[in-house]
Amino acid sequence: MSGVHRLLRQKGRLGGSTGVVARPAAPPGPGDPTALFSFDGIQVVRAGRLVLDIDHATIPLRGATGIVGPSGAGKSTLLRLCNRLESPSAGIVRFRNGDLAATDPLQHRRDVAMVFQQPVALPGTVADNLREADPTLDDDGVEAGLAAVGLPADFATRVAGELSGGERQRVSLARSMATRPHVLLLDEATSALDATSAGRIETLVGTLAASGIIPIWVSHDIEQVRRVAEHVLVIIDGHVAQTGPVEQVLAAPRPDVRRFIEGTMS
Amino acid sequence: MNTSSIGLGGVAASLVLVVVAIVLSLRNKLGLERTIAWATFRAFTQLAVIGAALGLVLSPNASLVWSYIWVVAMIVVGGATVANRAKEVPGLFWLAILALSVAEGVSLAVVFGLGIFPLESRTIVPTAGLLLGNAISSTVLAARRSVTELREHRAQIEVRLSLGQSGPDAVRPHVREALRTAVTPQIEQTKIVGLVALPGAMTGLLLAGVKPLAAVEVQSAVMFLILGSVVITSVVVGQGVAHRLLTPEDQLDPMLGG
Repeated sequence: MSGVHRLLRQKGRLGGSTGVVARPAAPPGPGDPTALFSFDGIQVVRAGRLVLDIDHATIPLRGATGIVGPSGAGKSTLLRLCNRLESPSAGIVRFRNGDLAATDPLQHRRDVAMVFQQPVALPGTVADNLREADPTLDDDGVEAGLAAVGLPADFATRVAGELSGGERQRVSLARSMATRPHVLLLDEATSALDATSAGRIETLVGTLAASGIIPIWVSHDIEQVRRVAEHVLVIIDGHVAQTGPVEQVLAAPRPDVRRFIEGTMS
Repeated sequence: MNTSSIGLGGVAASLVLVVVAIVLSLRNKLGLERTIAWATFRAFTQLAVIGAALGLVLSPNASLVWSYIWVVAMIVVGGATVANRAKEVPGLFWLAILALSVAEGVSLAVVFGLGIFPLESRTIVPTAGLLLGNAISSTVLAARRSVTELREHRAQIEVRLSLGQSGPDAVRPHVREALRTAVTPQIEQTKIVGLVALPGAMTGLLLAGVKPLAAVEVQSAVMFLILGSVVITSVVVGQGVAHRLLTPEDQLDPMLGG
């Protein structure tokens, strides 16, 4: 093939109608055995705009991870890829070394639970809310679920929509835990709450983590990530800007990460 | 049957009312005279063309095939009308065609299967047209409300999905709400029929000289058919829109927004 032909072919690949920049396929093979999630060649295109573009990144199998960055950087999108509420436009997400696209999404979501930024109350009582996750839950099961998030048993009969924001978020947490997941995704789960409620959620998730659940926190607040996570992925403008143990990243941030950290401090 | 025709003279005489409308528009400087004249002309021409064509289709010697072709054409025009009135709903044309076809199929099977009307051109075409005309607005409403309900309750739906519920399970409460909204006007209309205004079919029959009780019998059958077909089209369209807005991986389609 002549050089001109090769160039034309490359141009054709680059000029896709979706705006996805072509890149070599994700490396085949078993991937990283120490990773809970790994992301290879990930691109997410929304309304013609590239919102996430990750060459390679991992979330470790042990310890809590924080995904931090300015708002609109693509943190939530990355988290939503982890429980398949969204799928990448290109690339491979692996979960425990298996291609996530090949798993049953419903089964996966029960194993990798999610708590959202806005504490959403589903219609009915708190017990009804927990039974949306597990219809077989009996009254004792509901009581145990509430106790795990520090709510008394009489909350079971309260109307979920009438609770305060902090209480609703604790019910959301209990609801997500009712599927007995191994991983807990938290998408800015405390940012709509007052400081006391936020602190309570952090403590509760810490307790869950001690019992073997792996939390992955999305947060715009580097201080929170320092409190709750051992590892950090800093996302800026849709790219992974820096990754590693939290203290290590904070001790030697790259220039764009330093700017972000200084911006949040001021 | 004591049927009557008002003749072209009658039509011309009724133009007096259009002239009144035009005069009122001129006197009040509404600037609507041209529009009124054009609308009047257009309505009469359209009906004349349709009437001429219907004359061919409905003539006693014409094959029933022509009636069925007429019905199919009405369904296609109905589908285009629905799609045009709810442009924000993706792929609505074919979905509306499916919904209208199912409703027509079931209704005509009942009407002619049970012998409510005799299977003739003069009954097939008007019955099918009546059902379509009434089903269109509820079909548009069902499509629009389904999209709006799903968009407005995106957070609740995603919570349910994140708990491992399937896409259809997660959207069910919201599709149900949309369908209730879409069919309620027809149910309300059925409840008050005759109290506020006489329904169209009955008015037509009375004007044509049919006895009131006989007109009531026909009108009742027509009302029940309309109610049935409105619910059928709404359910098919609502479920279809929900199906379209879910991906095979049980996600909400990103194009839904919200």
